[in-house]
Amino acid sequence: MKNYTIFSFIFVMWILIIIGGGLLIILTSIVSIDGYVTIGSLELYYASIVKAIIAIILVIIWIYVLTKIKNWMFHKKIRN
Amino acid sequence: MFDQVIPAILVSIVAFFSVYVITPFLIRTLKKRNLVVKDYHREGGAMVPRPGGPSILIGIIASEFTLYAFFPTTAIITILVTTSLAFVVGIIDDRKVLGGWFKPLALAICAIPIIFLGAYDSNLAFPLFGSFKIPELYLALIILIIPITGNTINSIDVLNGAASGFMTIASFALTISLFIMQHYEIAIASLPLGFVSLAFYKYHKFPSRIFPGDSGALTLGAMYGVIAILGHVEIVAAIALLPAVINSFLFLSSVQRIVEHRQIKNPTAVTPDFKLMATTDKDAPVTLLRLILAAGPMTEKQIVSVILKLALFSASLAIITAFMMEIKI
Repeated sequence: MKNYTIFSFIFVMWILIIIGGGLLIILTSIVSIDGYVTIGSLELYYASIVKAIIAIILVIIWIYVLTKIKNWMFHKKIRN
Repeated sequence: MFDQVIPAILVSIVAFFSVYVITPFLIRTLKKRNLVVKDYHREGGAMVPRPGGPSILIGIIASEFTLYAFFPTTAIITILVTTSLAFVVGIIDDRKVLGGWFKPLALAICAIPIIFLGAYDSNLAFPLFGSFKIPELYLALIILIIPITGNTINSIDVLNGAASGFMTIASFALTISLFIMQHYEIAIASLPLGFVSLAFYKYHKFPSRIFPGDSGALTLGAMYGVIAILGHVEIVAAIALLPAVINSFLFLSSVQRIVEHRQIKNPTAVTPDFKLMATTDKDAPVTLLRLILAAGPMTEKQIVSVILKLALFSASLAIITAFMMEIKI
């Protein structure tokens, strides 16, 4: 029985999780909001909102990439 | 660490043998009450008792209370409360077929005690790169994790022994990862999940003598999710679940809405010699099972063997990831 494609897809998902996690941490760690708001806690609050938006966008991109890879890898199998 | 060895052995024994001993009684009781469903994939269409959730829950409660006698921690209370609530959701769904949105919403409510009991760390740890720190977003993640793990395990419960066998492998991978990451108390608290699944697998494997039902699958899935949160191993837990995640991902991307599995067309058909084959119906959803069967008709036992091999592969990746958590670049 040949199910190498499914094993390969799991491996690709694993790599995408590691790369995606790395991108998430790198991109959100460079976000800081200084000088726009006088109260310190509000700056942290706004920074959190920006980080959350970045995280959500990255997750959407991650799902999009995964869908493209899935369609490419399983195209023949699904058509069958 | 050595003072934790005896409780670890004891909870493992209690978890395994409570399910091993209670399940035959449950099978007899369910048969007497005529709580049986047809196994369409088996020759002659045998009637199989359902649900096996009560014996799974008893095993978890007995073993976690045993552990609580040694380590009275909030984490164990959180596991017990969340898992029991998920069981209630499952047993309602076992008795009455409800809409596709019922389970995700009800399981999201089951996650609320995790927040109120405060048994979590709001950092999401990734391998190699460190932690992602947004406490507000993590709260939303807690509410999402329990419905995802619960429904993911439920979605793979389509063949004799698939859910319990898969859960045995995934939960032992999670326990090993927790030991690698030196989260010893949660690692011990996760042992009952593996041993309860293993004991249930004995009765659930082909030819099944009992089906776990929604109450069994959701109980196992919710406990898996709560352990992932309490042990700060959300990413490792997701990797160990990848074959089941792929199943849900394929299903959702082909159906494109949240729907109860009973309401959609069956992605497989049964051949005259009782093998399973992928359906030719273009409206049927794409699932992991359908992809496996793209290689040709297979017996139920052969398909479950492929699913368990996929589970072993992703469990290995999860353990490698746990080692990578200790490395920072």
